[in-house]
Amino acid sequence: MDALLFMIFAAIAVVCGINLVVQTHPISSALSLVGVMGALAALYLLLGGEFIAAAQLVVYAGAIMVLFIFVIMLLNAGTEARGRRSWAHYAGVPLLLLLFGLIACLITRRMPASENVVFGQFTKGGPLDIGRALFTTYLLPFEVTSVLILVAILGAIVLARKEID
Amino acid sequence: MPALPASVPLSWYLILSAILFSLGVAGFLFRRNIITVFMSIELMLNAVNLSFVTFSYKLKQVDGHIFSFFVMVVAAAEAAVGLAIILTVFKNRQTLEIDEVSSLKN
Repeated sequence: MDALLFMIFAAIAVVCGINLVVQTHPISSALSLVGVMGALAALYLLLGGEFIAAAQLVVYAGAIMVLFIFVIMLLNAGTEARGRRSWAHYAGVPLLLLLFGLIACLITRRMPASENVVFGQFTKGGPLDIGRALFTTYLLPFEVTSVLILVAILGAIVLARKEID
Repeated sequence: MPALPASVPLSWYLILSAILFSLGVAGFLFRRNIITVFMSIELMLNAVNLSFVTFSYKLKQVDGHIFSFFVMVVAAAEAAVGLAIILTVFKNRQTLEIDEVSSLKN
């Protein structure tokens, strides 16, 4: 059952990821990205990360993607123009395959007989344990991110405001 | 066709993460719409998050989840500032093609 669920959601993630790269309209790419994020949330659940799965759906698939679609609508972004093909198109694909091959080789070499993922074996991913770690061990980084968010809000307002004389 | 096993090895999750990361790099390299390039960066961040959660399962510790939570927070801040920059670029140049925005070149 775990394997079946993994296969289904991994297939959804990969198909949506390929769709993101090949679609020419930004809205299609954005909806594919929502698909990838939803599938990843299901995979987090399989790995026992209940809190992260919920945060993935709420923060990523909800808030951030709404922001993206908002900007696409606001700028009236149309289909990408088919221009000249740069050298990156020819050198990029082999280099990408090389990158993926290297990572895959590294993974299979370093974890030859890795354990299987069984749903329900890792139970520390709930809100209780996350909250305990977040407010004790990681209290300082947590507070620093709140300052970071504040700076980001101010920066966004300053960048996107209209000039008033 | 062999019967499907009950569970999958841990490395398959990491391979999936590598596939998604490579797709993100592909979108970053090949697309010319500035918004799509930005979405490819988000795809790469998501792939890395999957690795974090997988290693958290492997080590039976919650720290990987905390790290991917921080990545989400930073991604949200980055999206807010980045999209504001895109808005400003569009206001000044009326284009979303990254090849057209080349004032710093030469």
